[in-house]
Amino acid sequence: MKSLVASLRNPFFHGLANKDKLKKSKYQSLFMVMVNKEIADHIRSWRFIVLITLILLTFIASIYASMGNIRTAVENTNDPNHGFLYLKLLTATDNSLPPFHILLSFLAPLLGIGLGFDAINAEQNNGTLGRLMAQPVYRDNLLLAKFTSSFIMIGSLFLVLVLLMLGGGLVWTGVRIEPQELLRILTFMVITIVYVAFWLSLSVLLSIAFKQAATSALTAIGIWIFFTVFYQILVTLLIKTFLPDPSYLSSQEVLSYNDLILDILRISPNRLYTDASTTLLIPSIRSLGPLTTEQMAGAIPSPLPFRESLLIVWPQVSGLIASTISCFAISYYFFMRREIRS
Amino acid sequence: MSSIIQLKNLSKNYGTKVAVDNLNLDISKGEIFGLLGPNGAGKTTTILMMLGLTEPSSGNAMVCGFDATSNPINVKKRVGYMPDSVGFYDNLTALENLEYIGRLNGIDEKELSYRAVEVMEIVGLGQDMHLKTGAYSRGMKQRLGLADVLIKRPEVIILDEPTLGIDPSGVRDFLLLIKQLSRENGLTVLLSSHHLHHVQQVCDQVGIFVKGKLLVKGNIASLSEKLFAGQDHVTWVDLEEKITGILPHENELLALEGIKAIKVEGQSIEFTCNRRNMTPLIVRTLAERGYNILGVRQRNYGLEEIYQKYFENSLTENTVNEKSSSVFKKSFFSRFSK
Repeated sequence: MKSLVASLRNPFFHGLANKDKLKKSKYQSLFMVMVNKEIADHIRSWRFIVLITLILLTFIASIYASMGNIRTAVENTNDPNHGFLYLKLLTATDNSLPPFHILLSFLAPLLGIGLGFDAINAEQNNGTLGRLMAQPVYRDNLLLAKFTSSFIMIGSLFLVLVLLMLGGGLVWTGVRIEPQELLRILTFMVITIVYVAFWLSLSVLLSIAFKQAATSALTAIGIWIFFTVFYQILVTLLIKTFLPDPSYLSSQEVLSYNDLILDILRISPNRLYTDASTTLLIPSIRSLGPLTTEQMAGAIPSPLPFRESLLIVWPQVSGLIASTISCFAISYYFFMRREIRS
Repeated sequence: MSSIIQLKNLSKNYGTKVAVDNLNLDISKGEIFGLLGPNGAGKTTTILMMLGLTEPSSGNAMVCGFDATSNPINVKKRVGYMPDSVGFYDNLTALENLEYIGRLNGIDEKELSYRAVEVMEIVGLGQDMHLKTGAYSRGMKQRLGLADVLIKRPEVIILDEPTLGIDPSGVRDFLLLIKQLSRENGLTVLLSSHHLHHVQQVCDQVGIFVKGKLLVKGNIASLSEKLFAGQDHVTWVDLEEKITGILPHENELLALEGIKAIKVEGQSIEFTCNRRNMTPLIVRTLAERGYNILGVRQRNYGLEEIYQKYFENSLTENTVNEKSSSVFKKSFFSRFSK
């Protein structure tokens, strides 16, 4: 050991002079170093393999269920959407299993939570956080790297899934894909990614708030279960107690109460996601709330153009993005001025 | 010599608890400084503030000419820090861990692999660098932590409890390595510890840190001089013959200028003197009187005594405070406790 120290006497400490010349681009590349490392970690982890298997199984099962039913669904001329084969592949079902996008609204949170629940506290418990933060990198780069890497993983996962489905559909049925279908499916994918990103940023936030990875995981799962199972029940329960009996109300009042109930239900992120994905995948949906007969007068049940469907779900999408960003902002707030003690 | 680390009126409070209290400290370039103190004295907090990992409540820390709170990136570029419980990514090999840190310091890929291997050789882990760090022992992790610090070629190394959990021979090697690196490359080293002997072995300067305050600072010789200036010097002489009662030549010896008291304990005689270097005279006198001297010992004030002295003081203060506060509590809260 000692002789080796002697051997490096001269060449060793000369690297200091050009340290100040680190430029902006250098910091960006430092950020990419962190992202690369995080992605490598994800790919090597068992956790990601388990999650990917889960999503893959869901996908295969729901496609299988819709495949069995696709002929009747496409031949049903009463359905205004019967022309969209690929959308039907995603939404048609033989009732043995919910369609893919509904299944995803239950399972996607798990993906986000699974990738993010120990982002910061595991580093802290391993003693690597202090070491990492002693390097000349900005603190927010760590948060951003954690987020970006998971985001890239999720994005590529869904992109691969959707492209596989389209390719498989093309080979199997030989039916040409409409540009509108492609647009709708890609947008659906983007919304799914945003939805997972929301749960991801929520779980990253919890991983900062709680010291133990188990606590943050449980809390995240608790929130997930609350919104998927209990929230709707709770809202219905409260509405029954607080709102007047609908039989004594005018139709106008019933309508406004209905809107109110829907708005309350839409606090739940998976409601937002289901609304958005359903509208995009089923082009004939014109409104997410109740419509009066006056509004429906003269309307022919036909698919909407892509732009119109997108306009209907725009509030939902921006709501999802906003909640993702606010979770992320709170994470920043907590993490930036916190003491890093291992 | 210019100061490379300057702490000015640095304070840190956690709620009402004061962790670091108005600390002023200058550390010169090329020095090995030992921050000594018991657990919970605020050593780690001070170090964290030097790296911008926590914000001081007041005052500032200048490291390498940069303010650690407002400009931590520039500080971290120049300072290598090893936390007290250093951890690594267990699913990566030691070399991969090291290369990751190297990349974060902006080292070129070409140079990186060469430098990483070189640093691993320096710390003596050349054989095990392709092992996963999960399989590393505590001592090996500590060395890898040092490699981690060295790969960025720092100007200052800050080691928080670097000797914690390593076996004694490992500690010696480790400290010698640090000393050698510091001497050969002009590195400034700040190490915190509660192990006096470790610090005594390598440090040029020592600061004793108790309850957020730096009590004294200086090299060990000057510390002991300062601390024990008014104290008597004691010499023990071990004799072959057993002496019962008083020493036959006691009066003669007491007549020598400087000797204050003589105490006989079996074969050993204790001389208390108020001057330094009375030992040769005592030995000569005893030998002339025909005593067979087996050994002579002098009381040396080492770090242990220094440390003990300060900690005793703080401990007694502490108990006094506790007592008074409990009295206060009793009188004040007895009404409410029911």
